[in-house]
Amino acid sequence: MQRILNDPDNIVDEMLEGFLKAHGDIVEKTGNKRVVKAKKIKADKVGVATGGGSGHKPAFIGYVGENMCDTAAVGEICSSPTAAAFLDSFREADQGKGVACLYGNYSGDNMNVKMAVKMAKREGITVKTVVANDDVASAPKDQPEKRRGVAGEIFMWKAGGAKAALGGTLDEVIAAAQKAIDQTRSVGIGLTPCTLPAVGHPNFEIKEGTMEVGIGHHGEPGIEVCPLESADQMAKRMVDIVIGDVPFEKGDEVAVLVSGLGATPVMELYVLYNEIEKLIGGRGIKIHRSYVGNYFTSLEMMGATLTVMKLDDELKELVDLPIETMGLTQI
Amino acid sequence: MGTFYNKDGKSVLQTVVKGIQENKAYLGEVDGLIGDGDHGMNMNKGFSLFETRFKEEEFTFAEGLYELGNILFSEIGGSMGPIYGTILMDAGEAGEDFDAIGTKELAQMLETGLEGLYDIVEAKVGDKTLVDTLAPAVEALKASDGDFKSALQDMKAAAEKGRDATKDMVAKFGRSSRLGERSRGVLDAGATSCCIILTAMADGILEYL
Repeated sequence: MQRILNDPDNIVDEMLEGFLKAHGDIVEKTGNKRVVKAKKIKADKVGVATGGGSGHKPAFIGYVGENMCDTAAVGEICSSPTAAAFLDSFREADQGKGVACLYGNYSGDNMNVKMAVKMAKREGITVKTVVANDDVASAPKDQPEKRRGVAGEIFMWKAGGAKAALGGTLDEVIAAAQKAIDQTRSVGIGLTPCTLPAVGHPNFEIKEGTMEVGIGHHGEPGIEVCPLESADQMAKRMVDIVIGDVPFEKGDEVAVLVSGLGATPVMELYVLYNEIEKLIGGRGIKIHRSYVGNYFTSLEMMGATLTVMKLDDELKELVDLPIETMGLTQI
Repeated sequence: MGTFYNKDGKSVLQTVVKGIQENKAYLGEVDGLIGDGDHGMNMNKGFSLFETRFKEEEFTFAEGLYELGNILFSEIGGSMGPIYGTILMDAGEAGEDFDAIGTKELAQMLETGLEGLYDIVEAKVGDKTLVDTLAPAVEALKASDGDFKSALQDMKAAAEKGRDATKDMVAKFGRSSRLGERSRGVLDAGATSCCIILTAMADGILEYL
């Protein structure tokens, strides 16, 4: 295992210390070492909290910052933060106007958030939640409650965070974040597995010369294993899966996000985006904004995800609002 | 009949910790087949944290279960944090007033833990979760009319049988539930770790009987 480590069991804490030192202009630590807070938070607004397992950098702490998330709870690698961490993140984010907790659909996160929301209620903090479920490949269309949240969470945070920054009420923030994720679909293709540092070897296999379509952010098996394809063919598969799932129509405007899974060279992401742009454009859909880079990763997995969000006037305004976070800065 | 003293619980907890530590890699492999492979690592981290923190402390069986659960719940997280946290803390609380623990008392403790779990998850027997191990283990204790020794053997056998039964099930909860039929043919990681814990617990208690 060719990795940069001390004791693998301490990787999350050491990463956090480094992150806080490096990005002290954007984020700051809190009383809970597993909760990170934005340095600049507009006064008198609805709080926006998130959280999730580690190993997905820049998610989740990389999206803490002005006009996006106020706080993030940090879990072990690939596992949910504790209920206590979520609760502390709500306390830090609350300014008396309630907290929107925007997170991804995983059983651990669901349980811990649920318990933390209950505990927050006892303290008089109102927390409402939106659960991202943008991963098309993780369950059929008629079982949206089983779908995982993946890179589409970034659009959910962007919309919810912007709505809160613009002075929206808790219900308005929740509605905006919910609309964003409802209009968002993602799919991933994995080319190599990833290794949890404390385990030391990959716990699943993607054979050389093959690719796994629909792979999850933790190596959850996808919908199809097939021979490795060229970038244009991969793009076609991804666009067909994503565009086929939500009624995207000719004339629609969308935001597109292509994220690497960790170890794929960024230049290859642009090769992929080049093909995706042609296919989406070919369907008469206009790309309003595009993002290409390592936005939501899975340790050192190779591969990429495609996320598309259908925009209306409100979502366009929210997506366009400037933000400053480590993972995404938009002027 | 037979009982062991609540105050002798430290060595029982140590046996349980050892059971998880020794199976860290195995649990990771089982979890990696249909989950994300972190189960062994996180369980090992939580149980070892408990071992280190309470190395010099004296504690009863019930207190030990509670503290172990509390560490999993408040410091480990994941899905196992709230699940095992609830089971162990509730079981520990149910046993805090016992002086001696026998079949009836252990059954009551574990059943309280199982009920606590039912409050936070909807899983039932047959859904390919640790409920498939824990529920029959509790039932075996309750049904046992022999002495504590044979009741513990019954509990171990029921836990193993329950764990093995998850192999042919299709997952309905948790990460593996998204795989549908593809989850069949593999043991459930939670059911496997639960069996390790119950087996080690029984073995640790048997040392005193």
